[in-house]
Amino acid sequence: MTPQVLKQVIFPNSAVFEEPRGQSSCLLKVDALSAWFGATQALHEISMDLERNQVTAVIGPSGCGKSTFIRCLNRMHEEVPGARVSGTVLLEGANIYDPAVDPVIIRRKIGMVFQKPNPFPTMSIYDNVASGLKLNGLRNRRQLDEIVEKSLKMAALWEEVKDQLEESGMSLSGGQQQRLCIARALAVTPDVLLMDEPCSALDPISTAKIEELIYQLKKNYTIVIVTHNMQQAARVSDRTAFLYLGKLIEMGETQKIFTSPREKQTEDYITGRFG
Amino acid sequence: MNSNLTYLKRKTTNWVMSRLSLLFALLTLLPLALIFFYLLSKGVSALNLDFLTHLPKPVGEPGGGMANAIVGTLILVGLACLLGLPIGILAGVYLAEFGHNRFGLLVRFTADVMNGIPSIVIGIFAYTIVVLPMRSFSALAGGVALGIMMIPVVTRTTEELLKLVPVSLREAALALGIPRWKTIVSVVLRTARMGIVTGALVAVGRIAGETAPLLFTAFGNRFWQSGLVQPIAALPLQIFAYAISPFDDWHSQAWAGALVLISLVFLIGLFTRLLLKSKYSLRGGQ
Repeated sequence: MTPQVLKQVIFPNSAVFEEPRGQSSCLLKVDALSAWFGATQALHEISMDLERNQVTAVIGPSGCGKSTFIRCLNRMHEEVPGARVSGTVLLEGANIYDPAVDPVIIRRKIGMVFQKPNPFPTMSIYDNVASGLKLNGLRNRRQLDEIVEKSLKMAALWEEVKDQLEESGMSLSGGQQQRLCIARALAVTPDVLLMDEPCSALDPISTAKIEELIYQLKKNYTIVIVTHNMQQAARVSDRTAFLYLGKLIEMGETQKIFTSPREKQTEDYITGRFG
Repeated sequence: MNSNLTYLKRKTTNWVMSRLSLLFALLTLLPLALIFFYLLSKGVSALNLDFLTHLPKPVGEPGGGMANAIVGTLILVGLACLLGLPIGILAGVYLAEFGHNRFGLLVRFTADVMNGIPSIVIGIFAYTIVVLPMRSFSALAGGVALGIMMIPVVTRTTEELLKLVPVSLREAALALGIPRWKTIVSVVLRTARMGIVTGALVAVGRIAGETAPLLFTAFGNRFWQSGLVQPIAALPLQIFAYAISPFDDWHSQAWAGALVLISLVFLIGLFTRLLLKSKYSLRGGQ
C-alpha cells in the first residue's frame, strides 16, 4: 500500500489534512495598512496574514519601513509625534485600530522586543521582568515569583541569573540584557511577540542564543521578526516578507522566497545585488 | 619637516588648552573654598552651643544665639518646598512629556523670565498677595515668596532631566501595556530621580540664603515665632541685621550665622541624597 492509500484507509475524512493552513490559523490579519510620518508616507497598503505559532521574518533594505510596519502591529507607531496610520489590523478578527480599542490593552497582547536592549536601569533583574505586571497592579508576591521564574526560563536566562535576581538589570551583558527584555515581554503573556532587529546589537554567540530561543518560543507564540540579516531570516523564520520602499513586494514560505522568489526585486535583494 | 612642525604645533596647542581648562576648573573651586575658609576663620569664634540653642540677647548683653533664626529658616525652606516642588516638578513633567506645543513654549518662556526677576520684586509680590490681605507679616508669606522663586528653577531642571531619559525606556514601558501616566511615574521619573533631587537641592540652596524677598514677608523676629501667621526669624535676615549693627560681638555672630547657613544647606543636601539613595537600594533589593 502506498502511503497515500494508507492515509485514506486510516483517516477516511482526509480532506482535513489536505487543506492548506486556512483562515483559522491566521492570528493577525493586516489589511491595506498605510503609515505616515507627518506628510511622508512610510508604508503603502500592506496586506498580509500572520499565522499562529509561526515565525514571520520581515526583510528589506534600510528605510524600507520594516520597523514602522511592526510598530504598527502593536500601535507603537502612533507614539511618534506626527505619525498616522490607516487600514486595519485584525487580531483574532478584532480590529486593533478600532477607535474604541485602548492601545494599552493591545500592547499587552502584542509584545515587543527592541533593537537595542533596553532594561529599566533603576530596576533589579526581578523587577524588570515583573515590571509589566507590577506596574499594572499585580502585587501577589508568590504569583510574581512564579511568573518571573517562568518567563526567565522561557527566555533561557534563568540559569544565568537565578542567583542575582536583585542585581541591576544593567549589570548583565548585552545578550543577557536582550534576553531579559524578551523575558520582560513574555511576562505579560502576549499572543504575539514582535522583534525589531533583536540581534543587531549583539555578538554572534548571543545571536545564536536568541535564534535558538525564537525557535523554542514559536511553540507558544506567534513571532514577527524584523531583520537585516538574511541568513538569520532564513534560519529562524517559516515565512518571509520582503518590503521595499514601503511596499510589500513578496511574501511566502521562507524556503521559497530564498530559493525561487517570484519577484525580480526580491531576487536582486537576496542575492545581494542591491540593498 | 613640515608635518613634523604641524605635529609639534598640535601637541603644544593640546597641552596649552588642556592646562588652561584645568586652571579654570580649579578657579571655579576657588570662590567656594575662599568663602568657606573666610567664614570659618571669622565665624567659628562666635559659634558655640549657646549660639545654636539660645535666642538673641537684647542689645548690650553679651552671648545669646540664633536658634530661632535657624528653626525659622528651616520652616521657611520647608514651606517654600511645599509650594515650589510639586508645582515645579509637575510643570517640568508637563513640559518634557506633553509640552511640544505653543502652550509649552509659553510656559518655558515664562519660567525663564521668572528666573530673571529680582528677588525683591518677588518679595513685593508676596507682600501684596499674602501680607496685605492677612494684615500681618508671616512665615507663610515668606514661604510663598521663596516657593515662587523655586518654581522656575525646579521646572526647568526637571524638564531637562526628564528629556535625558532615553525614548527607548518610555517605549519599553509602553510596549508592555503600561499606561502613559504610569510610565511617566514609574519609569521616567524614577530613572531621573536623582537628577531631579539635585535640581531641587540647587533651588533650596538658592532660596535658603535669600534675604530680599523676606524683608517684608517673613520680616524677622527676635523671639520664637508663635505659628505660621506671625513674623518669623530667618538666618539671612538675622545676618543682615547683625552685620549692619555697630556692635563687634554682633558682627562675629553674623559671621557665625553665615557659617551655619552654609552648613545647613550642605547638610540638607547630604541627608536628602543619603535618604533617597538608601530608599533606592532598598527598592532594588526588596
